[in-house]
Amino acid sequence: MTTRDWLLADSPTSRMQANAGRAYRVFTALLRNPLSVLGGIIILVLLLTAAFAPWIAPYSPTGQNLSARLLPPSAQYWMGTDELGRDIFSRVVWGSQITLTIVALVALISAPLGLFIGAIAGYFGGWVDRMLMGFTDIFLSLPKLILALAFVAALGPGINNAIIAIAITSWPAYARIARAETLTIRNAEYISAVQLAGGGPLRIIVQHILPLCTSSMIVRVTLDMAGVILTAAGLGFLGLGAQPPLPEWGAMISRGRTFILDQWWVATMPGFAIIIVSLGFCFLGDGLRDVLDPKSEGKS
Amino acid sequence: MPPLLEVENLRVSFPTHSGRVEVVKGLSFTLGRERLGIVGESGSGKSMTGRSILKLIRKPGQVTADKLSFDGIDILAQNEKQMRAIRGARISMVMQDPKFSLNPVMTVGEQIAEALVTHQKLPRRDVQARILDMLKAVRINDPERVAKLYPHEVSGGMGQRIMIAMMLIPEPELLIADEPTSALDVSVQAQVLDIIDDLVTRKGMGLILISHDLALVSRYCDRILVMNAGRVVEECAAGQLENAQHPYTRGLLAAMPVIDENRDELPVLDRTQWAGT
Amino acid sequence: MNAIDLQNLDISYGDTKVVFDVNLAIPEGESFALVGESGSGKSTILRAIAGLAPDWTGSISVMGKPRSHHVDRAVSRQAQMVFQDPYGSLHPRKTIDAALSEPLAIHGIGNRGERVEAQLKAVGLDQRFRFRFPHQLSGGQRQRVAIARALMLEPKVLLLDEPTSALDVSVQAEILNLLKRLRREQGLTYLMVTHNLPVVSFLCDRLAVMRHGRIVEIADVAQLKAGQLREPYSQELLAATEGG
Repeated sequence: MTTRDWLLADSPTSRMQANAGRAYRVFTALLRNPLSVLGGIIILVLLLTAAFAPWIAPYSPTGQNLSARLLPPSAQYWMGTDELGRDIFSRVVWGSQITLTIVALVALISAPLGLFIGAIAGYFGGWVDRMLMGFTDIFLSLPKLILALAFVAALGPGINNAIIAIAITSWPAYARIARAETLTIRNAEYISAVQLAGGGPLRIIVQHILPLCTSSMIVRVTLDMAGVILTAAGLGFLGLGAQPPLPEWGAMISRGRTFILDQWWVATMPGFAIIIVSLGFCFLGDGLRDVLDPKSEGKS
Repeated sequence: MPPLLEVENLRVSFPTHSGRVEVVKGLSFTLGRERLGIVGESGSGKSMTGRSILKLIRKPGQVTADKLSFDGIDILAQNEKQMRAIRGARISMVMQDPKFSLNPVMTVGEQIAEALVTHQKLPRRDVQARILDMLKAVRINDPERVAKLYPHEVSGGMGQRIMIAMMLIPEPELLIADEPTSALDVSVQAQVLDIIDDLVTRKGMGLILISHDLALVSRYCDRILVMNAGRVVEECAAGQLENAQHPYTRGLLAAMPVIDENRDELPVLDRTQWAGT
Repeated sequence: MNAIDLQNLDISYGDTKVVFDVNLAIPEGESFALVGESGSGKSTILRAIAGLAPDWTGSISVMGKPRSHHVDRAVSRQAQMVFQDPYGSLHPRKTIDAALSEPLAIHGIGNRGERVEAQLKAVGLDQRFRFRFPHQLSGGQRQRVAIARALMLEPKVLLLDEPTSALDVSVQAEILNLLKRLRREQGLTYLMVTHNLPVVSFLCDRLAVMRHGRIVEIADVAQLKAGQLREPYSQELLAATEGG
């Protein structure tokens, strides 16, 4: 029996095999969509770049070489050099680590937080719901970037504070989604069945409701990643995110702004990186949405 | 007189991961101005048959037939615009659940009026009179009041009667009723079917009644097709149902409990015999 | 002992009262049917006994013990429910094995693997279904799983909410046979809600006809079979079934 047969078996013999089979079906369905494959490849390249940055980057990201200032792209400097003679390609490569850290931490903080708050509000309803959602609405009513700016201004500039600020501004949207999903799920008969078996609210929320919210949450988080990258870059651009000499892409654009007319590559190269990675997340998110849509579940 | 509807070798198929799957596999029948019942269990292809007559099968579903003609018109050759002129005006369809078929933001009267004026031009006063007549025909006692109600303000049985009024007001020649009463209570079911039956007989229309309920179909139809897995396994006059020959039909009849049930166990269909699931 | 005892039971949903002054005693081992049209309150009674409709006054006793207004663990080992819709009563992302193990995990009962296997066998499902997801099962198979799940805690009482009305006739026959056999083998008490009188005739000993939230008549199935229900409304229902 091949691994494939094992994964697609009609009658799995263990819970592990059943779940692996489901994951495999989702994966193969994803492979059928060319755009999501492209998105996946972009994200994969980003991951590899971040992991192997020291080996990929030909120069130090912070090492200055004032004799080689503002050189255009060439065989020696693939993306040219900036005003301090640093190799832009190396900085973009190292910057992927920072971008990935921001994206990962924001997702890890805001998605579970939003999920929990939303699921609790939706499951219990009543005054719990009104309080939690009132709180959520306060955050939702303010534009994201402005709110993040306010937080960073209060906490002080820096990459960690930028992450916290972005996470704080992202969770309310997830809480709303989780609540809406929970409202449709909580009266389902399979939830009643667990209640009848004596299962408490914690068990029902964690084991029964949250797994059903996660697929839409994964989709939404992936699609939002582009926005997170842009917000982080925006904060960096305004000088409130990563501080020099960290090679954060937004901060790099900000520095390059001064030379944009004569030395276009200084601002453009990190800009390309931002666009490509954002697009990658969008494509992957779109593909995931098609695959994880519960309505297509029965056919997979 | 030529038959109202002629169907020869009708096939409906849908693509799946493992190639195209046929849900209707070569169905043939002719229909005059009579009442035909199509019975089958879920997945037998009975609903797909009804929908393909109105060309309501959406892509990627595919309908083929050697012949599918309604009153001499080749249905498969009609384009979408021509089909719209046929649907409602000449062939109508009543669906299972009125809740999903009525527009929630229009009053009952407006919706029936719309069904009427889309297909023929009439002065406003006549439209109003026709609507009230139609509502009376489906045994709604105070049509003036009901015409002003919104769909959420009427009960399920009333909703289904309104649907029937809407479908019958353009005076179609053929009515396809797909499980018209399975969302309703038993006592209301009989009322609704009596109304359909009465109107169909009075106006000399053709009726195709699609249902899973053998007893119900045999009560309201002249002729019955029993479908299983996309094929007709039995065709008989409604009165002759007890003498059905095919083991599937006999199995279905036997599996139904009766009101003075004395069997200790109900006979169960051996599905392997008909290649079902 | 009475398996289920309802006294002066009134049930409300929000501000509207839907069940009025119901008195009912169902002895252990009996199979009892609540019959009526939609909106007659029959399902609501079932939900109140299960603990899913907490807004009631009067008294409900299950196996001799008065029950509280909410779901409680002691009752969950005595009475379990089977729902109408086999498509909505199983969690779409959980394998059959997970669904059946859950009640055991909640109550800290061990030996789960064996118990799940035994229960699948009892409801006539092959072991190869054990690790499938609900969407890989037909409606009848799902209903078997739902019945197996209700039996995992070895309750004495099963509350059946239209257990076969969403199924095809031939599948309905299989499930009815299964319910009949399980009752005989395990000495279960059934309280079944249905609108289908022939099903009552096949599976039940007694029935109560409900209308507008009240019990109109309580009768033996023998009376139903002979067409000798007293109340005009019951006769109406009977006539509608037989196609009058």
